Amino acid sequence: MHPFNYHKPSTLAEAVALHQGAEDPAYLSGGHTLLPTMTQRLAAPSDLIDLEGLTELIGIAVDNGTLSIGAFTRHAEVAASTEVQSALPALAELAEGIGDAQVRNRGTIGGSLANSDPAADYPAAVLALNAVIHTDRRQIPADGYFRGLFETALEADEVITRVDFAIPSRAAYEKFPNPASRYATVGVMVADFNGTVRVGVTGAGPCACRADAFEAALSARFDPAALDDAELPAIDFNSDLHASAEYRVHLVRVMAQRATARLASL
Amino acid sequence: MNLTLTVNGAEHSLDVPANTLLVELLRTRLRLTGTHVGCDTSQCGACTVHLDGCAVKACTVLAAQAQGRSVTTIEGIGRPNGTRNGSPDDLHPMQAAFRDCHALQCGFCTPGMILRAMELVESGGTLDNRTVREGLEGNICRCAGYHNIVKAVLAAGDAMQEQSR
Ligand SMILES: Cc1cc2nc3c(=O)[nH]c(=O)nc-3n(C[C@H](O)[C@H](O)[C@H](O)COP(=O)(O)OP(=O)(O)OC[C@H]3O[C@@H](n4cnc5c(N)ncnc54)[C@H](O)[C@@H]3O)c2cc1C
Ligand code: FES
Ligand code: FES
Repeated sequence: MHPFNYHKPSTLAEAVALHQGAEDPAYLSGGHTLLPTMTQRLAAPSDLIDLEGLTELIGIAVDNGTLSIGAFTRHAEVAASTEVQSALPALAELAEGIGDAQVRNRGTIGGSLANSDPAADYPAAVLALNAVIHTDRRQIPADGYFRGLFETALEADEVITRVDFAIPSRAAYEKFPNPASRYATVGVMVADFNGTVRVGVTGAGPCACRADAFEAALSARFDPAALDDAELPAIDFNSDLHASAEYRVHLVRVMAQRATARLASL
Repeated sequence: MNLTLTVNGAEHSLDVPANTLLVELLRTRLRLTGTHVGCDTSQCGACTVHLDGCAVKACTVLAAQAQGRSVTTIEGIGRPNGTRNGSPDDLHPMQAAFRDCHALQCGFCTPGMILRAMELVESGGTLDNRTVREGLEGNICRCAGYHNIVKAVLAAGDAMQEQSR
């Protein structure tokens, strides 16, 4: 790993100032994307700014139909949180399905969303649950957040502080995990807000997206069969060693139908 | 940078370059070579240690991130140094179960398997074939196969519960 300067700021303002003053800086959260990239020498930041301990990034709270999760919350904490389990069990289950236990003990929700890996799990939930991404300077609605492959609406020095999820009447997440990494080959969250359904899809294209025709079909009739002929999202489907584009097209519909079937049978 | 941390109960204060990984600190500086490096990229779990009681892959944690914290490695789980007498009783129940169930061949993955398995048992959930296999998702064994490892974790689960009664 190339040498770098390590900083551990004690306030959010200090973290941003350090970022602005450094040559080629990066924020460090759980490190489970950034550090492997650095040990493989695919990235060589001049300065790492550790976000651990910043109070603005900590905490889980439920208030007025919203579940709020601090950016530094680790996946294992989301999975084990009784607040999340009772307000939004689908999100606790999603977190429990990320990678493996050691990854969940380190990786954080803020790091996952800042990174926007096309196969990451949280992005499907952010879109399906109409989340708002809070940063040190503004609030970004889910629909404007994901811009492309590893590309988000964040500015270079912007810090995610927390994510506010709207609590639906019911929701379910189904993923087809890559058997080695557990990343989503395709993952779909179906969320029902009193008859208005939102569907978030990850793993299929360059970044997470909504499936508009699926949402319309399920809002009209909440039944897996309603998705039999519904149109797929108009995206460039990924094709790689793990799954062809054709296979992912198939998986998007099947994962959405499984999530719907789980909810419909309750 | 200057770093203070506790490793297997002993406090250390060291000067290390900022780009030192926790696993490098353990193996190279402290000579605790029981923690292995299989992949270097958080895939295999051979480098698993406990950081404040949580199983983590030490190849994907900076030494700096362990500042002020407590680390436990495979060297730190049996009878404490100085009280060992070379008998099987020196072993932690998880180590003893791996030995009894033939849960290792080359032993390369074993320290990581054992540290993660201990956390799994200590977390107190139900232990069965499925939960153990899922719980060890982040640890790869390339020779013994998983059957006897699962057997060992289930046996140690019983022994550890017995012990804590
Ligand atoms: C073996 C393995 C398996 C995995 N499996 C899965 C899986 O199944 N599903 C899944 O979704 N993910 C998976 N991951 C990824 C894991 O969830 C990562 O932890 C996560 O994507 C990144 O979070 P982090 O906290 O580790 O971020 P870091 O690695 O610390 O940072 C990632 C990027 O985000 C930036 N950043 C971090 N925090 C912030 C912030 N608050 N504001 C602005 N920028 C920030 C950093 O500068 C960096 O560029 C896996 C990882 C590994 C190693
Ligand atoms: S060496 Fe750390 S996971 Fe393989
Ligand atoms: S015993 Fe050889 S890798 Fe597991």
